Amino acid sequence: MKIDRRSFLALAVGGAAGTALTPLPWKLTDDSSIWSQNWPWTPVPEKGENSYAFTSCTLCPGGCGLMVRMVGERAVKIEGLEGHPVNDGGVCVLGLSGLQLLYGSTRVKTPLKRVGKRGQGHWKKISWEAALAEVAEKLGQLRDDNQSHTVACITGSKHGTIPALFKRFMTVYGSPNVMTTPSVGDTLEMALQVMHGVEAQAGYDVENADYILSFGSGLIEGWGAPVRMFRANSAWRENGTKVVQVEPRLSNTAAKSDQWIPINPGTEAALAMGIAHVMMKESLVNNDFVESYTEGYTGWKKMVLDEYAPEKVASITGIDKMVIVKVAREFAGAGKPLALCGRGNGETPGSLAEAMAVHTVNALVGNINQEGGVVAVPIPEYAAWPETGLDNTAQIGMAKDRVDGAGSDAFPLAASLLNRFAAGAMSAKDYPVNALLVSGTNPVYSTPGANDFKKAVEKIPFVVSFSSYMDETAMQADLILPNHVYLERYEDIPVMAGLQKPMVELTQPVVFPMHDTKNAGDAIIELSNAMGGSIGDAFPWESYEACLEETLGDKWDVLSEDGLWEDEAFQPAGWGEAFATASGKFEFMNPDMDLMPSYVPLNLEGNASTFPLLLMPFDSMRLASGFISDPPFVIKAVEDTILKGKDACVEVNPATAKSLGLADGKPATLSTPKGEARVRIYHYHGIMPGVVAIPRGLGHSADDKYMAGKGVNFNELIGPVEDRASGLDMAWGVRAKLAKA
Amino acid sequence: MKEAQGHNKNKKFGMVIDLDKCTGCGACMVACMAENNVPFREDESDKQLGTAWMRVYKMTNGKPFPETEVCYIPRPCMHCEGHGGHSPCVSVCPATATDYDNHTGIVSQIYTRCFGCRYCMAACPYHARVFNWWDPVWPADMEKMLNPDVSVRMRGVVEKCSFCYHRYQRAMEKAYYEERQEIEEDEYQTSCTQACPAGAIAFGDLNNPDHAVHQLVKPDNRHGGRPKNPHAFRLLERLGTNPKVYYLSSREWVIRAGDNYVKNEKTGAGGH
Repeated sequence: MKIDRRSFLALAVGGAAGTALTPLPWKLTDDSSIWSQNWPWTPVPEKGENSYAFTSCTLCPGGCGLMVRMVGERAVKIEGLEGHPVNDGGVCVLGLSGLQLLYGSTRVKTPLKRVGKRGQGHWKKISWEAALAEVAEKLGQLRDDNQSHTVACITGSKHGTIPALFKRFMTVYGSPNVMTTPSVGDTLEMALQVMHGVEAQAGYDVENADYILSFGSGLIEGWGAPVRMFRANSAWRENGTKVVQVEPRLSNTAAKSDQWIPINPGTEAALAMGIAHVMMKESLVNNDFVESYTEGYTGWKKMVLDEYAPEKVASITGIDKMVIVKVAREFAGAGKPLALCGRGNGETPGSLAEAMAVHTVNALVGNINQEGGVVAVPIPEYAAWPETGLDNTAQIGMAKDRVDGAGSDAFPLAASLLNRFAAGAMSAKDYPVNALLVSGTNPVYSTPGANDFKKAVEKIPFVVSFSSYMDETAMQADLILPNHVYLERYEDIPVMAGLQKPMVELTQPVVFPMHDTKNAGDAIIELSNAMGGSIGDAFPWESYEACLEETLGDKWDVLSEDGLWEDEAFQPAGWGEAFATASGKFEFMNPDMDLMPSYVPLNLEGNASTFPLLLMPFDSMRLASGFISDPPFVIKAVEDTILKGKDACVEVNPATAKSLGLADGKPATLSTPKGEARVRIYHYHGIMPGVVAIPRGLGHSADDKYMAGKGVNFNELIGPVEDRASGLDMAWGVRAKLAKA
Repeated sequence: MKEAQGHNKNKKFGMVIDLDKCTGCGACMVACMAENNVPFREDESDKQLGTAWMRVYKMTNGKPFPETEVCYIPRPCMHCEGHGGHSPCVSVCPATATDYDNHTGIVSQIYTRCFGCRYCMAACPYHARVFNWWDPVWPADMEKMLNPDVSVRMRGVVEKCSFCYHRYQRAMEKAYYEERQEIEEDEYQTSCTQACPAGAIAFGDLNNPDHAVHQLVKPDNRHGGRPKNPHAFRLLERLGTNPKVYYLSSREWVIRAGDNYVKNEKTGAGGH
């Protein structure tokens, strides 16, 4: 056949028409798009029977009740438990992401023994028998050499059976060096010890207060039991409770408050004293309480009237005199006013004199152990077992001075001073630290002066971590004996986060352990048995679960059934019975200990000409800054004004930034006497000129790629500043310098 | 829209977010990610590339220290009704991958139909839609926590908030099983509403006068659902998108930030 122009055109047109009419190309496009959208690496979640498992959250001290949605054996979603007294169905970002800790890549899956250098991350898998035998041998050797006191132990919480088991182990082993992770709770406990003469936690009846005066507390940024505080905040909005936030920075709490009072950083105690001054001068105090139930009022009043006149307080705090007077009058005039302290999320202890100053503001209006006031809540003391005999070595060891100086003549009030541990271990003044056990905390990351802390740990010849995750402290360990994640284990949690009533919760396993891990309680019981003698005798339990059941006694039935035990009959002691001080009354000052509520300025490290700015940290619900670090979902939710790429953003007032020539969004170098870091400038009107702020919770070097290497760890830029009254760290900030990078 | 209120069998699921209560904690975002199998990547700090169905924006009043104020505003998909179901995104989708359901008022997204042209993203005035530039990756054992009620999306498709439609389906299935025609208000709540620790989010049927959302905003269905509550507002109200997400605020500057007002123009019904 001959192809001419005519037949060619006919073929082309016919072909085009035919192609357009046939469904083939459309079908092919459709098929290929379906095929490409069903690539086998796009997972299809397995189906299964739907159910809910119930437990309690351990990721912060708040103790939210959780229900975990199960599909077959898989845990697919964490939800808040409705009707729970802490969270009533609500749950925070971290609690929601708990399954990413369970199923994530930061887990330590078997016992590990270090093979490379410290911190290199080279490990060998070993069996639990071998791991426990090695710890038993190393500790046994030290004990044989009469060095038992050179072993130190750091736990997360202070209360509950796990810390108690560690403490018991250390006692029968023969070392007084047990430390816990500090918080403002420690400072408040001391304040109650000094002023009330009781051992109790400070509880706050925030739901019933009608005027909230917060001295820098991040009420909706992780302070107390976070979800409870969110609920209280919403209730305040509905019932018209006035919230006054005193803080140098417009935090979320300040943004939500009715009145934000910017204050010169670190001068909150002076304001509290100024408010006390006005209330006393204008006779706005609760006379019944002050006259009949307190001691030392007259002397203290004179001191306050002499030293803290509003004019003077105004010059210290930078707050207008009339504002101070007005707040004092409003506070005293409210029906149920409540003053709160503990900066940010309360993870830093702060100064004892300041906690006492704020507590005094409460005492002056008589809201101690009252509805809507501060309540001294007894600590549930069930984790106390019969003493077993200490052998000779243990007795000698226990008689030695502590490496952190807690309980010594200098710091009689302190039970643990983790902030002093690094210096003590480095100087080895009395003795070196030869071994360290760490459980439920990540002090290499979370202790202010983190670099010094790391150096001190590097010097310790034998470090054992019980962490479930490959965190900074585990990276420095010689042996890791991984604990189950909370969703795989039993553990009791006495909730200490400022609740008005004693409460104990039970974490219960919702899934079978994923890996070759062991409850730290079981690990310590087995370790004791491996060591034998009087150590083994002190741990008669077959397993941790048996220990827990026996220890909780009649609470066990309630806890295993409801997950929660609440002392519902608890009523705060009346003023007549509440105080167990020498005078039997509320004591404004303690002359024996030279303690009284007052403003003690912080001696900031570094000089003002080299470091002209003040750097303070801030907390965000979207950044976990303690033992747990952000899982992928949470770090995804972090704002781009806090983290941009690998850089943390530093909040600078535009006026300050302009004077330093720092443009918004540009990289800069932030330096303090402790170290320096690359940051990005974020112009924020909500921060006081001359003050700059960075978030806590960034700058991890361990964990996985979603978290590690992002931003800077604030604890590496600041060192601890010792409060001479308590021994605890009272630093709220540090001097700093910003320069173009 | 001519049916009188109360006789309307069709539901109109909507959301009311109280910005006075919202603390910006981000629980709604993460509750959504966990419920809806939303993927994550190593660096999520470029928010334009990330896949978040619910996003919390931080706004300030722009005034210098110490007059500065901050407000957070959570933004799910607005499930716009437009006029008679003509949502901006539905109108432009060439693949019928997104549709307006007149029975529930929910704007759907069918991933296997979507071929990734992203017209809908351009049409959406709220940036509620996101594109999957990468295939999702769940590291370690994280595939174990995927929700079987929500399909996992693949590279090349657009996704967005579904008002947790699978929860509606589950609730309806349960109701049918129990031989009920209707579900109660608390039987169908979105994941973000359930999780919000501040109780700032309310969710329910805007057509049902017994539901909290109706009582909070008092929608005027004769005028495109405009709120009668003077503290309630919708984003870009005057664009005519007729969204089903309402916000409450007692602060004038926050309400003004919700739309483009000229300098001396009043907000609310008076500014229409």
